Amino acid sequence: MSAILEVENLRVEIPLATGTLVPVRGISFSVQRGETLCIVGESGCGKSLTSLSIMNLLPKRAKRTANRLLLGGADLQGMDERAMSDVRGNRMAMIFQEPMTSLNPAYTIGNQLEEAFLRHRKASRREARERAVFLLEKVGISAAASRLGQYPHQLSGGLRQRVMIAMALMCGPELIIADEPTTALDVTIQAQILHLLATLQRELQMGVMLITHDLGIVARVADRVAVMYAGEIVESGTVHEVFSRPLHPYTQGLLRCIPVPGKTRRGSHLGSIPGVVPALFGEPTQCNFANRCEYATPACTAAPVPLTPLSEGRAYRCILPVETCIANQARAVAA
Amino acid sequence: MTPILETANVFRTFQVSTGFLKPKRPLHAVNGVSLRLAKGEVLGLVGESGCGKSTLAKMLLGLLPPTSGDILVSGQAITGLDRRATARRIQPIFQDPYSSLNPRKTIGDIIGLPLRVHRVGSAAERPAKVREMMDMVGLPHRYVGNYPSQLSGGQRQRVAIARALIMRPELVICDEPTSALDVSVQSQILNLLLDLQRELGLTYLLISHNLAVVEHMAHRVAVMYLGRIVEEAETDQLFRDPQHPYTRALLDSVLTPEPGLGVPDANLGTTFPNPIDPPSGCTFHPRCPHVMPVCRTIVPKPLATQTGHVECHLYDTALKQAS
Repeated sequence: MSAILEVENLRVEIPLATGTLVPVRGISFSVQRGETLCIVGESGCGKSLTSLSIMNLLPKRAKRTANRLLLGGADLQGMDERAMSDVRGNRMAMIFQEPMTSLNPAYTIGNQLEEAFLRHRKASRREARERAVFLLEKVGISAAASRLGQYPHQLSGGLRQRVMIAMALMCGPELIIADEPTTALDVTIQAQILHLLATLQRELQMGVMLITHDLGIVARVADRVAVMYAGEIVESGTVHEVFSRPLHPYTQGLLRCIPVPGKTRRGSHLGSIPGVVPALFGEPTQCNFANRCEYATPACTAAPVPLTPLSEGRAYRCILPVETCIANQARAVAA
Repeated sequence: MTPILETANVFRTFQVSTGFLKPKRPLHAVNGVSLRLAKGEVLGLVGESGCGKSTLAKMLLGLLPPTSGDILVSGQAITGLDRRATARRIQPIFQDPYSSLNPRKTIGDIIGLPLRVHRVGSAAERPAKVREMMDMVGLPHRYVGNYPSQLSGGQRQRVAIARALIMRPELVICDEPTSALDVSVQSQILNLLLDLQRELGLTYLLISHNLAVVEHMAHRVAVMYLGRIVEEAETDQLFRDPQHPYTRALLDSVLTPEPGLGVPDANLGTTFPNPIDPPSGCTFHPRCPHVMPVCRTIVPKPLATQTGHVECHLYDTALKQAS
């Protein structure tokens, strides 16, 4: 397998009057062709800024730095805006969370679908139209040709999200970045959309980077998982490793927070993670999770904790040895 | 025992404009709903967006009169009560703690407002009551003078809960109480709701699209589709042995955190019907994998099951014998 996206030591800095905010603090990951990487974390952990910084769509004030930022071997950092817009929507495309706000209400579906294809492929209108109809059918929209003349407000939420997916696929991208693609949708539609995304991915051998806070989605669609907390990756591994053997206290805590039908006893107390995410100003001086961690020791607040690699793609950011983490988890689950 | 809440065949119809110069057409948002909630019970209400859950909740809160049918609170018709009396008995907790709190009032004002509206206690006694309520929902007293914008999402939802409970209502309608919150905060709010329910003997109507949350909290579950309760049963039975094809599809769509199972295909097709123009017969028939000819013409009647009812021709023995 070859990597379609390689990210090494990605940082995002936003200078503010009160100091420099660092919402993404040196994260590294890669996405292989045909693979789904899920980035999971709670609001404010920097997962959305990570995706925007890959697309170079950060707010103007924000500064992006990285040791490496490669899309299929091409350096994204060296590209100017013109070169970047040749890549965006062409070699990599994004599916946003809110299909309501990310489609232009003043243009027809057809217009918006064809735009990227006309821009990147120098194709005729007829070819673009044919491609749009083909993809709308592919994402399961009936009477596709007649939909092209409709406006976003005439479609339901589920249909709009399908249009967003079709739009992302117009130029046959190698990488799709999906930022919470189903949070605004009903469970039945959510399952359909994720099913569709997985099928298309297999068929077209795309790399998918899916950003979500929903552990149910992660478990079902991810090949590999990166758990983010306070701008850092705190644990990564294959989906089986992370769910069956979570190492970081934060991952362990998250998994205990969600009720699982048939597993959690009805009306029993769910696990919780007390406290709040620390402010992300300046450089870290300690483990970012220490103030919320039940296993915190003085050593945790003495110095920042590095990411400890265990094997290819498996790593965790905690000073506790692996055996202790596993024992902690076993004890917590038994309790 | 008289149930806390009883709705008998409640309908609500809206007249909806279909376009410029076109006649208005009726939309049956709630189409004959009968529910019973006993004291101390948690009833989960699930269904897709547009199925009428929120219209039903608004009617129960007395914010919207039903077109026909009765809503009884402890045996008394809600239409006969004035707004204030209804508000003492039934209180809501809404989904979005960012928009359901007045940004220009302090936390103390927000929680204490019901006391002032209902003229409970003197102005000197109210702060003590507010502090007692803040203890109960786990808000530190120092927040009393703060504004909602200074609080996190989870803390705001605690404020909303405190405001709903300060008058000790009999019934609390929780409309998606945790769907705007992060998972670690969601579990704290669910724990709090469960503790308060036990301590104060509260009755909840829990509206949610998160079936895992409903399974965890509710004693009984009602499944709503296009304005009707198509299946109602005790939670265990509903999750173990769902009867209605729609319930099965809903349960199949739940993504439990178990790797390796892949994404299920609920086989529902894409067509959520237009509620202005509902399908004939059983309104679920265009999406149903078990559709029979009779489903297209005859509306299914509620049939008793072990612990509730289901509206589906698959279980109509009389119909089977006739054909």
